[in-house]
Amino acid sequence: MANLAREALPALLAALLGTTSQAQTAPAARADAGVLAKGEYLARAGDCIACHTASEGKPFAGGRSMATPFGTLFTSNVTPDPETGIGKWTADQFYQMMHTGRSPDGGLLYPAMPFGSYTKVTRADSDAIFAYLMSVPPVKQANRPHDLRFPYNNRQLILGWRTLFFREGEFKPDPKQSEEWNRGAYLVEGLGHCGMCHTPINVLGGNSESQAFQGGLIPMQNWYAPSLTSNREAGVGDWTIEEISDLLRTGVSRRGAVYGPMAEVTYNSLQYLTPEDTRAMAVYLKSLGQEVPPPVTSNVPTAESSLLLSLGKTVYDAQCTSCHGAQGQGKPPHYPPLAGNQSIQMSSAVNAIRMVLNGGYPPGTHGNPRPYGMPPFAQSLSDNEVAAVVTYIRTTWGNHGAAVTALEANQLRSAPLD
Amino acid sequence: MAERVLACAPCHGAQGEGTRDPYFPHLAGKPAGYLFNQLVAFRNGRRHYPPMNYLLAYLPEAYLNEMAEYLAGLNPPLPPPAVPTAGKEVLATGQRLVTQGDASRNIPACTSCHGSNLTGMEPGIPGLLGLKPNYISAQLGAWRYGTRTALAPDCMQVVAGHLTEVDVAAVTAWLSSRPAPEERRSVPRGTYALPFACGSQPQ
Repeated sequence: MANLAREALPALLAALLGTTSQAQTAPAARADAGVLAKGEYLARAGDCIACHTASEGKPFAGGRSMATPFGTLFTSNVTPDPETGIGKWTADQFYQMMHTGRSPDGGLLYPAMPFGSYTKVTRADSDAIFAYLMSVPPVKQANRPHDLRFPYNNRQLILGWRTLFFREGEFKPDPKQSEEWNRGAYLVEGLGHCGMCHTPINVLGGNSESQAFQGGLIPMQNWYAPSLTSNREAGVGDWTIEEISDLLRTGVSRRGAVYGPMAEVTYNSLQYLTPEDTRAMAVYLKSLGQEVPPPVTSNVPTAESSLLLSLGKTVYDAQCTSCHGAQGQGKPPHYPPLAGNQSIQMSSAVNAIRMVLNGGYPPGTHGNPRPYGMPPFAQSLSDNEVAAVVTYIRTTWGNHGAAVTALEANQLRSAPLD
Repeated sequence: MAERVLACAPCHGAQGEGTRDPYFPHLAGKPAGYLFNQLVAFRNGRRHYPPMNYLLAYLPEAYLNEMAEYLAGLNPPLPPPAVPTAGKEVLATGQRLVTQGDASRNIPACTSCHGSNLTGMEPGIPGLLGLKPNYISAQLGAWRYGTRTALAPDCMQVVAGHLTEVDVAAVTAWLSSRPAPEERRSVPRGTYALPFACGSQPQ
């Protein structure tokens, strides 16, 4: 599943000791095993591999396409190959790239590479990631040029974007908070680059600081990244720390499962983190959750929505009860509850509709290696039936979502799946 | 395990027996290695069908292997053969290509790899019976155009590249009209030698 916005440590990494070109073996040989292990772990936390590896491609060799509203970007080779990768880089240059979004030649990186988040990474952590990348097998594979439409193919435009949206600077711990909270904040805001999806993206392709973690529709993918600050969405203010941590690390929890683009994050990144780190992230995320007023109600006329409800119950009873239960109670953690499930009641119904159309498995993780999956219903249910069953689950058992229309269901049939 | 593969049921049947849809094949009883190769190919995006790519994207190989073994172990009856709509001559051409091939055009008989009963061989070669005409024709077309590929050496792509559209229609008509044999299971590995190297069936 293509993830839009993160490009990758593009031309980043470079050689530690180095000025010269023997980089691909020398740094690895000299780096301490503890540093390499730490670097590998942090590279997991940053999910570098997800964007910098093409489907069936060699790890970190780049070439993955990233569709954006401005054209297609191709991720870069971050293996230590001196010609096509970052084998000639130094640790200074790598840190410079992470911290300022500039490659060693001074070129500006496209902000699909989440340097707006990585700028918060400490020098020591950046060095460890660099040492690790210099230790992976070098791959000779030239970077594929980006395919951006005019005027976005002009890198100078990035200057404007940076002025509006980029704030350089390492993470500063909040002395009023616990060490655990600060560790969580560092991971969420920095390497985890959660804001890339969970902070709304405006028409200029930027995240606004004042709307941090308030959620938004992910461009090109047609999945809604829920707000992490609203307890009506993915805000976890009323979840237990254990429920949040389970969700991040195993992909399932007693409150719900990850799906859509978040499944990739758990699969490639979060499942590898220590329980202490996902717990710290949980502590921080829980502190973001706020009570907010209920969403606006639907504009579907009452008569129509009562027809939808009655059809919806018929569809639900026939298709959904065996796993999700007659009262929407589910069989957690394997079949998520629908009653009280925030993900279903959000003002955007996009995700609930897409789950019905496309089904899906939570990611197979160390903590949940054999997930149960949901069948796709796109072939068997009409637009009207999809709208009806989604309306039913959004408004029954005390759920406070709004009705959805057959048109909304129909439009999401063509949402991209890859 | 049945519950874990329920996501497959709407298109492939609760027992992997297939559904009425002419493009979704039955899965039950196909050799486990073949099913595993397809699951991995869909997961990695090499075999392209977005609903399948999406469903499998984040499942580990050990789990896909378990699914493949489970589906391979099911044994519902094969779907009934299609009533042929093609004329006798077309069917005769199809039968000849399937059972004898055409040496002058470098087309081996289907039976030389898929078995004299067309039931396939474990672990990687599928049987060819019980498939609907639209499915057979779509897959042969996909092999010919290179949109379906297998592990190298990709013998099936080479073979399909030698087929014309007329050949595909004839092979499809005859294969889909064949009744299921009494013993539908694939024969064990090594029952016969393959005429050429095949990435899906290391020898």
